[in-house]
Amino acid sequence: MNEYKQIALQGLWKNNPGLVQLLGLCPLLAVTATLTNALGLGLATMAVLIGSNILVSLVKTFVPKEIRIPIFVMIIAALVTCVQLLVNAYAYGLYQSLGIFLPLIVTNCVIIGRAEAFASRNSVLKSAFDGFMMGLGFLLVLAILGASREILSQGTLFEGADLLLGDWASVLTIQLWQLDTSFLLAMLPPGAFIGMGFLIAFKNVIDKKLAEHTPEPDVPEVTRARITKVS
Amino acid sequence: MKKSMLKNGLLLAIFAFFCTALVALVNQQTFDKIKEQQQLELQRVLHQIIPATLHDNELVKHCILIHNEEVLGVDTPLPSYIASMKGIPVAIAIETVAPDGYSGNIKLIIGISANGEVLGVRTLSHAETPGLGDKIELRKSDWVLSFNGMALLSDNDARWNVKKDGGEIDQFTGATITPRAYVKAIKRALAYVNANKAQLLTRPANCEVNYQ
Repeated sequence: MNEYKQIALQGLWKNNPGLVQLLGLCPLLAVTATLTNALGLGLATMAVLIGSNILVSLVKTFVPKEIRIPIFVMIIAALVTCVQLLVNAYAYGLYQSLGIFLPLIVTNCVIIGRAEAFASRNSVLKSAFDGFMMGLGFLLVLAILGASREILSQGTLFEGADLLLGDWASVLTIQLWQLDTSFLLAMLPPGAFIGMGFLIAFKNVIDKKLAEHTPEPDVPEVTRARITKVS
Repeated sequence: MKKSMLKNGLLLAIFAFFCTALVALVNQQTFDKIKEQQQLELQRVLHQIIPATLHDNELVKHCILIHNEEVLGVDTPLPSYIASMKGIPVAIAIETVAPDGYSGNIKLIIGISANGEVLGVRTLSHAETPGLGDKIELRKSDWVLSFNGMALLSDNDARWNVKKDGGEIDQFTGATITPRAYVKAIKRALAYVNANKAQLLTRPANCEVNYQ
């Protein structure tokens, strides 16, 4: 299989940072109360991930093994601070609603994990692509979780989209149904945990179904089974 | 050994230099824009709590600092903004803090007219429980609008309590502590402004707007 296709598959499905590696759970659970917040944090994380993968891959040849971690951390911290400043300047509403979780991207293990496991061993282009795909995988999990929690808890979708995309986007907000009292469980972190559990379970079910459809080339076992059946 | 330490140390220093330079550059590029955004946000809130028809000055420009822990709930000076019409002060927007919320400080701003009537209240920042205590945000509930037009008739005006405590203010289902703290903070600010009206409204502008 094509190498890039493989990288994409790893980030989006097989090795998804949210569903398989279970990295960055803290922001994942905390900010996914609405789709807008989830998308905002997802995009910010993706930007940092691509940037850090590129930079780490660029400097990998002259960074000695012993001090690679502090250097990676410095690069990531600098990038996160830049992203934070940019969001503060150009998406002030989002900056307010993401709050502390924006600077906390720095502690998201996905980023240092990819720097260490992928970017420090691969070419710049591949690393950038890996950052993009891992970021996209994380973003998708955030978005699915955010959308389902928002629908369950408030009956809306894309509330506050104008914070992320500008004033025109307020038309994107959809009121699916009117709730007298919001469904608190879906809104609070425990609801996020439960939703996350369902997502992981769902992925495992699909994986199992896929495995069943592609029969393993394990011929001897099949023969043995047939023998038992006959006797 | 010594050589490798020196080399690694130098390398770290070089990286630290470039990372800091990057952050400094972005900071410099976004500094004005961020400042502008904060100003806009402040103007937006001020505009909501003191109607533009009431005054002709630029509120943000006429800012005074009040330092009074008993009233404002925190031991740091907080800004207030004076609205005036043709040079005569007509209203004040006072920033204050309810220190006894359910989780931490609730920062709010109250517009009070010169005759002691509440023109508008908005929450500036808070960490109350989502879904319960966050109804103090206008985008979640119009509860804050219920203060509009109210005044403090005496120092222990019984209407300034949540209904559970015999007052006139609605509490929210499942959250009493938040509205209680909120009402108390407004009441304190009102009493303070009533008592020091002349001195506050005529005080010259003396603070650089530094909005957090």
